[in-house]
Amino acid sequence: MNAALAIADLRVHAGDRAVLDGVTLTAGEGEHISVVGPNGAGKTTLLRCLIRACRPASGSIRVFGKDLGAYKPKELARLVGYVPQGDRSLAPFTVREFVMMGRYPYLRAFSPPASSDRDAVERALADTGMEPFAERAMPTLSGGECQKAFIAAALAQEPRILLLDEPTTFLDPGYQDEVARLLTRVTRERGATVVAVTHDINAAALASARIFALGAGTVVYAGSARAFMDNAVLARVYGREFLLAPHPRTGTPLIVPEAPPWAP
Amino acid sequence: MGAVNPGRRLAVLAVCALAVALAAPWIGYGATPPAAAFAPFSGTADAEIFWRFRVPRVLLGFLAGAGLAAAGAAFQAMFRNPLATPFTLGVSSGAAFGAALSIQLGLPAAILWLPGGAVCALAGALLAILIVYGLARSHPERSIAVLLLAGVALSFFFSSLLLFLHYLADFTRSFLIVRWLMGGLQKTDGFAGVLALAPFVASGSAIILAFTHELNLLATGEDLAASRGVGVRRVQAVLFFAVSLMVGGIVALCGPIGFVGMMVPHMCRLAVSPNNRLLVPASLLAGGAFLAACDAFARTIIAPAEIPVGVITALLGGPFFLWLLAGRRRRDRVPGEDPA
Repeated sequence: MNAALAIADLRVHAGDRAVLDGVTLTAGEGEHISVVGPNGAGKTTLLRCLIRACRPASGSIRVFGKDLGAYKPKELARLVGYVPQGDRSLAPFTVREFVMMGRYPYLRAFSPPASSDRDAVERALADTGMEPFAERAMPTLSGGECQKAFIAAALAQEPRILLLDEPTTFLDPGYQDEVARLLTRVTRERGATVVAVTHDINAAALASARIFALGAGTVVYAGSARAFMDNAVLARVYGREFLLAPHPRTGTPLIVPEAPPWAP
Repeated sequence: MGAVNPGRRLAVLAVCALAVALAAPWIGYGATPPAAAFAPFSGTADAEIFWRFRVPRVLLGFLAGAGLAAAGAAFQAMFRNPLATPFTLGVSSGAAFGAALSIQLGLPAAILWLPGGAVCALAGALLAILIVYGLARSHPERSIAVLLLAGVALSFFFSSLLLFLHYLADFTRSFLIVRWLMGGLQKTDGFAGVLALAPFVASGSAIILAFTHELNLLATGEDLAASRGVGVRRVQAVLFFAVSLMVGGIVALCGPIGFVGMMVPHMCRLAVSPNNRLLVPASLLAGGAFLAACDAFARTIIAPAEIPVGVITALLGGPFFLWLLAGRRRRDRVPGEDPA
């Protein structure tokens, strides 16, 4: 399997503190991986390094075999798309305008979008079911619609690697399910590699091939999703054990909430 | 208005702006006979007033207003802050200090072909720009936050220096300093000012227009812009210098005319589009027309005396903006509004 993404011994410092302290991680082409771990483990920092919003102190990041720093900004953006975390203040663009911004790495200054740009935007809107909202202003969308608009914009970018920062965390169960399915379907259709940072380890265990767990800036688990759902592993990552029960169809162990003693 | 497409609204705005620019030279104390306007070299008093004072003044006002509004639109997108103005980063305070210093020290009335005050004001603006940029560069990870804080702190610092100078000044100089701070176009005499300002506004506006895609992306956040392929630090630096130099030139020649740079972009956001592809050209047109119109008003309202245009801009523009805001409240595009 060719590595779409290969991170080796990545270190990032914030002041004296090491946010990432030697992270090694790979993702094959078309592979779906999840990065999990407690708050403050450095998951978002890892993604920010991949879009070069954060400068590592040492280590290497290779995207399709080429050093991340060797890419021009637009060249990199044609390969790597990013959906940031859910809490955001929005400029009042329409959804279509916002999704069109995903085409930036393909545009030239002063020239209007080409037909290929408009096609990519329409396809992204259709794939995410956002066509009926195309003329709505971004600040008027609900959380779920907004998340789909952000995904649509990243898809319009036609990246080969899609980075997602907690894509379902702030959504209601209906939208969580919808967004999760959407991501699986669309990325599979497009053959894109997915790197998802998430707290939803049940969803990660079901959707992704491999899981990387970060703890205090280092990788504490890297391996198959199924083997991750084991209390020996979970205790290492989250510092406690959980109640596990198999998924009714796939048999994958999933975390279920403990019932209080007075529950009927 | 929602049904009309934004491109058409921009075209309507362009026609209106042109109409204002053509009409404004005719407005002022005493009627101008059309014959005088079509005979610029006839030597009559009417032709002299029209071509030596009115036309350059309207052009200067149009250039200054256009530049300030485009600068405001650019800074509001770059800083993701609806309260950003062309003066947020301390350029105008630096310029004001420079101008006050030249008044206080009684520097020569003209340096080269430019008024001495303008040259000193420009030097003050440049000083402010370099200090702010130097501070921001020392914190590359948080350059926008540092840029804003450094700019605001520097504004206060220069304002204090200005107060100090003002306190030391005698009555005449104190009067001159206050007049300079009001901002105005009334000293226009011939085309020298227009020719001096045109390169600043032309180059600044051209750069802002070239970066409208990037402004849209920066308005959605630095990380997202970076992920879409914007070279964020480079674009911010280019825009910062282009906008600041243009604002420095405008303030040096016309004084710190307020309101235009902050409110005209908001008016255009409501009336045309929040998309910088349209917003920047709309702000250029509307800012120019707005300032030219305000100045026409300023020179007629208590004619034959004149009021500095800086006094009029907010007086006329404030209520107009509030009316626009009230009319749009139900619609979805309120500037700077966060999702509920």
